Amino acid sequence: MKDLIGIKELSRQDIEEILNTAKAFKEVLQRDIKKVPTLRGRTAINLFFEPSTRTRTSFELAEKRLSLDVLNFSVSTSSVVKGETLYDTLKTIESYNVDYIVIRHSSSGAAKFVAENTFASVINAGDGTNEHPTQALLDAFSILEIKGRLDGLKIAIVGDIIHSRVARSNLYLLSKFDTEIRFVGPPTLLPQEIPDNVKIFFDLQEGIEDVDVVMILRIQLERQKGAYIPSLKEYSHFWGLKKELLNYIKKDAVVMHPGPMNRGVEISTEVADSSQSLILRQVTNGIATRMAVIYMLNPKEV
Amino acid sequence: MLIKFYNANLLDPITKTKGLADIIIEDGVISKIKLKRKSTPIQTKGTGSKNMLEINAEGLYLFPGLIDMHTHLREPGYEYKETIRTGTLAALRGGFTSVCCMANTFPVNDNPEVTYYILAKAKEEGSCHVLPIGAITKGLKGEELSEMAMLREAGCVAFSDDGMPVMNSIIMKRALEYSKAIGAPIISHCEDINLSEDGVMNEGKLSFYLGLKGIPRASEEVMVARDILLSKYTKGHLHIAHVSTKGSVELIKFAKEQGIPITAETCPHYFTLTEEAVKDYNTNAKVNPPLRTEEDLETIKSALKEGIIDVIATDHAPHHIDEKKVPFQEALNGISGLETAFSLSLRLVHEGTLSLEELIEKFTVSPIKILKIRKEGIKEGAQADLILVDINKEWKVDKNKFVSLGKNTPFDLWTLKGKVLFTVKGKKFLDMRTEE
Ligand SMILES: [Zn+2]
Repeated sequence: MKDLIGIKELSRQDIEEILNTAKAFKEVLQRDIKKVPTLRGRTAINLFFEPSTRTRTSFELAEKRLSLDVLNFSVSTSSVVKGETLYDTLKTIESYNVDYIVIRHSSSGAAKFVAENTFASVINAGDGTNEHPTQALLDAFSILEIKGRLDGLKIAIVGDIIHSRVARSNLYLLSKFDTEIRFVGPPTLLPQEIPDNVKIFFDLQEGIEDVDVVMILRIQLERQKGAYIPSLKEYSHFWGLKKELLNYIKKDAVVMHPGPMNRGVEISTEVADSSQSLILRQVTNGIATRMAVIYMLNPKEV
Repeated sequence: MLIKFYNANLLDPITKTKGLADIIIEDGVISKIKLKRKSTPIQTKGTGSKNMLEINAEGLYLFPGLIDMHTHLREPGYEYKETIRTGTLAALRGGFTSVCCMANTFPVNDNPEVTYYILAKAKEEGSCHVLPIGAITKGLKGEELSEMAMLREAGCVAFSDDGMPVMNSIIMKRALEYSKAIGAPIISHCEDINLSEDGVMNEGKLSFYLGLKGIPRASEEVMVARDILLSKYTKGHLHIAHVSTKGSVELIKFAKEQGIPITAETCPHYFTLTEEAVKDYNTNAKVNPPLRTEEDLETIKSALKEGIIDVIATDHAPHHIDEKKVPFQEALNGISGLETAFSLSLRLVHEGTLSLEELIEKFTVSPIKILKIRKEGIKEGAQADLILVDINKEWKVDKNKFVSLGKNTPFDLWTLKGKVLFTVKGKKFLDMRTEE
């Protein structure tokens, strides 16, 4: 595999292989010497057209643990602001002879565009509202650690589904396993036409009833402007996950959030900090999962 | 210059002529049409003069030159995308001898100076008949009416803000009212831009799957409905551009049944492709209105058959490669259509949706009626304005062979059945018989 553009393109077997490798890397990360020398001499560039300290830091740590040389290239320090096209930026970067390009871009399909125009291995760190594959992989990894399986689970994804690349990548990943997937939220934030294997709930309590996993999505504070929701207050009142609601999910169910959280809006502090929350585990697992992804890709020989 | 076609199947819905014929063109004028019962062996005079072309047209068709009601020639202002010279040459190559060029140039064709410029340029460098379309509103801003009567006087045949909808209903009402004094139709690009928001493809399962923002069908349909009601109210002639949805077809059918003075066009991509064409983020299939679904496509085909849709137009929208070689969301809308439109439309004949005669009407008689322009058709004494077509010849689309500067086509490398072999427009002609 040259690139990781999306979960869409992966088979169940690909996913299982990545998750197994991630498990091995997680063990490495618990040792005193956390670095592996395998990729020494190769270079990775983190090409971020959208600011995201969390994702960039996670990738950077993963790259360094793999002994890669790391370059960071973000919008504010680049010539992109001067109207350089993505294609030109890419050609410039290619001339640095990098082996891996980690890209975050506001346009859906941007990662695919980059992959088609470079010899380097491309890892999608989020393209528009399309996919954020490493997030879904680390989510799956975290669920597996706790539940030991993905098959047979009921998962509710709650919130701003239409604008969420995290929701899409998770949908595609979970769809490759024998799972029940629910989308929960106000109709304005759910897709106009529902994917075949998804159940829709407008009511949060009904939507999370008896599930094994609740994935809470971050609500963008500006959604009110597009008239998607009347106010954050109303959203939080009806679709924010609060402590009382935990009674409706399974006793051993877990709550996840890709971060950064708006505490008190889509998730209450009590829930975020509860024993059922996997939020910090997700962050830790992000590094091992991203190491696994980079490790498994093969840049094209020029 | 003498051009002789022997044993051609003449099919001209303008003059309502049909049959086997020999046709002689002398210095751009049809000097002789000899209709006959059966083909006769071609009599070569053996003059060998380079001032004479003798063409064995056995098994081939002669149609009147096609008229494209919806072309973006891009000049003035966007000569890096297309010029009047290259666009009109692309027209000839595609079988079009007349094109109506849209007003969204820079400056906008909202005053007679621009119209004169276009016509002068067309006379100097153009290869086909150029019929400018004037803007409905100044600067396509949708706020004030342009000087429609003066534009008409300067040579505009219709009015459109194409590319931009006229969002303000009172402006659209006034435009339809005012157009009655001018006798030219208002061509409406039906789109509610609030509903489209920043959508880039048809809204549905696929747009969600690709993570691309959708444009609902309702975005087109609410404006079709509005404009139909305004046409009913004002009795102004409304022509609906590039119909892409089933709902629009249903509304147009209803309006025609009510006797409301409306006509409509669609484009080859709406009856050839569905949204599936953008699945790989193919920016060459990004177009506005967006490609829809199988159900829309089938409805558009039957609407052509039933006469609910009157015209097939290209919406030829050439762009520079840099404007398409970007992530899908950022790519400009449009397909370079002049050089594939007719061959794509012949598929409707081959599959039995339209008769050959019905198809030619969509490209000739209907636009003539709607635009109230004079075209004599293929008859003795008339200026030569005709095309020779092998409706069965298979050929492979190669965007690099386009004479249009716009190489933005989703049909590259498609094999199409039916090819224009020879186009004559007055003294100008284009011989494509040896093209692969
Ligand atoms: Zn238009």
